Amino acid sequence: MSAAPQHAPKMAQLSLSDRLGPWMPVLLIPILIVLGFLAIPSTSSWLTLTVSGLAMGMMIFIMASGLTLVFGLMDVINFGHGAFVSVGAFVGISILLMLGHMTEAPSLVLNLLAVLAAVLVAMLATGAMGWAFERVIVKPVYGHHLKQILVTVGGLIVVEQLIIVFWGPEEIYLMRPEALQGAITFAGAALEKYRLVAVGVGLVVFAAMRFVLRRTKIGLIVRAGVENGEMVQALGYRLRLVFVGVFIAGSALAGLGGVMWGLYQEVITAHMGNQAMILIFIVVIIGGLGSVEGCFIGALLVGLMQNYVAFLEPKVALISNIGLMVAILMWRPMGMIPVVKAK
Amino acid sequence: MQNRLLSGDMPRSTVLALILGAILLCLAFAPFLFPGVRSVDTAARICIFIVLVASYDLMLGYGGIVSFAHTMFFGIGAYGVALASTHMGRGFDALLVGSASGALVAAALALVIGLFSLRVPAIFFAMITLAVASAVAVPVSQLSNLTGGEDGLTFQTPRALGPAFKFGDELFGVRLNGKLLAYYFVFVGALVLFLLMLRVVNSPFGRVLQAIRENDFRAEAIGYRVVFYRVAATCLSAAIAALAGSLYAVWLRYVGPDTTLSMELMIDILLMVVIGGMGTMYGAVIGATLFVVAQNYLQNLMGAASDAVAAVPVLPELLNADRWLLWLGVLFILSVYFFPTGIVGRLRGARA
Repeated sequence: MSAAPQHAPKMAQLSLSDRLGPWMPVLLIPILIVLGFLAIPSTSSWLTLTVSGLAMGMMIFIMASGLTLVFGLMDVINFGHGAFVSVGAFVGISILLMLGHMTEAPSLVLNLLAVLAAVLVAMLATGAMGWAFERVIVKPVYGHHLKQILVTVGGLIVVEQLIIVFWGPEEIYLMRPEALQGAITFAGAALEKYRLVAVGVGLVVFAAMRFVLRRTKIGLIVRAGVENGEMVQALGYRLRLVFVGVFIAGSALAGLGGVMWGLYQEVITAHMGNQAMILIFIVVIIGGLGSVEGCFIGALLVGLMQNYVAFLEPKVALISNIGLMVAILMWRPMGMIPVVKAK
Repeated sequence: MQNRLLSGDMPRSTVLALILGAILLCLAFAPFLFPGVRSVDTAARICIFIVLVASYDLMLGYGGIVSFAHTMFFGIGAYGVALASTHMGRGFDALLVGSASGALVAAALALVIGLFSLRVPAIFFAMITLAVASAVAVPVSQLSNLTGGEDGLTFQTPRALGPAFKFGDELFGVRLNGKLLAYYFVFVGALVLFLLMLRVVNSPFGRVLQAIRENDFRAEAIGYRVVFYRVAATCLSAAIAALAGSLYAVWLRYVGPDTTLSMELMIDILLMVVIGGMGTMYGAVIGATLFVVAQNYLQNLMGAASDAVAAVPVLPELLNADRWLLWLGVLFILSVYFFPTGIVGRLRGARA
């Protein structure tokens, strides 16, 4: 009998940094909010900025989530995603303008009905457009990144020009419905109602997406498809069909984001999707391509950063987001929550 | 001699050779063949865009790298000349300093972006360049005391390149003034840069780039440092784009965010490269010529067509002169699908 080995196994707890590691991306949001609190002298303006940052982040998330899933699932990079944002905004706002009598009425129910109608029509329109876009533009260039980028940019140009054909080249100004105008005062800070609503809608969309992805069969197939598409196909699922579905859903969400963005800015132009694309790309990159959670965190970070910095130093607002992207990519080159293996 | 000048990259198609020869002749004698301010301006633009588009093709067509920051480099060159001329006074030394420093800054920036994006998946490169380019355009339009903001900068080029400078009487009915010299300054500069790029892409370096474009994994396996070649191509392309920007600034004697940095310009470049033909320098020549001529003259045609169908609904709107980008976009998508090698590829293929 030999003696028991000297190196008895120890049950040591993981060090704090090891345990925090996986949560780091999530913790970044409160850290940024606290940093904002320290940097901004007045508490009330900090609160206002935090709410508007969160609202902006939620809207960017809604616009970006489809893009990240589409890439994760089918390795398709869609530079024309912004087109859905613009079309959604134009369709939705046109409906709102048509329902002018409902949006100007002081009744909350009528206002909400009008907004709901606008959102539904916009989502239907962009969903249908997404289906057509996938068929005509994206399908012939599967598996070819260079061509995908070129062709989707071409699609973006065509859609932008078509918007100008149908709605004219001038920007359209609009008023938010009665119930969404104005602000409420909380702890001395003026919080615009619309921004609170945007935060709420964003949370609902995120929760719904998480539910679908985590708790349903279709979500399981989508997640498995992102992890390893070939295996899912080998098991007998028609991944192409799933992909088309995700593309349509993503386009419809971009349309929703477009309507919300248009109501937020109170002006819409044919180029708004193109401009939103820049923030969307930053968000998708820092979140990690293919990850909905990463996209959500990234969007909130970008929204908060943009608002804080725009308050402290207006001139460097957009650069600050580039800085954020650089810092995060230095830390995690594949984005915060990488899902897709390097391809 | 001819072979040496073109670095052994002959047009390899009679039609293509004729078209290229015609373009060269037209550009070389543009002030005499097409007198008039507007047509000479068009010719100068064509020269500059040929260089700019060719430098983009160096990255896209030869290296397979998609960048959306090309106008940023173009703008850096243009602003370099503008700032140097504003602060050093009008003179050729200012032009030299401005364009050299512009090219250096552009190459350095390309190096930083290139090295940074090596850490991340290749697909990020296009997105990162898009974000960086739009971020750079913002301070340029905001730092109005340095860059003139949205209004841009108007500055003076050396006296010898201005219309007030006369060095003789008329020749074939064309006034021999500084504007003529400025045109030939642009033309010669563009020609030299173009031949230089033709040399680069037909060198062993260019061949390696093409190998990387076709199959980077294999190129790496053969023993080429893919990363080094990609970054080098990006830097070179950025420096040449900056020089094209300098030429543009010299020609216009003005720089502004809209003329040098806008996203529209980037899309124009993309259209020119793809329609002309990716992966050949001659594609840049044909694409740029076709595009600039179309930009200047096709619009009138479309306007006429729009008036002709005024009775039909929607059609006039679709044919409106301002909607020409719509049709180019459609043409762009079709050409990516059906003739990805562009006009030049078609012409060369027809012969074979």
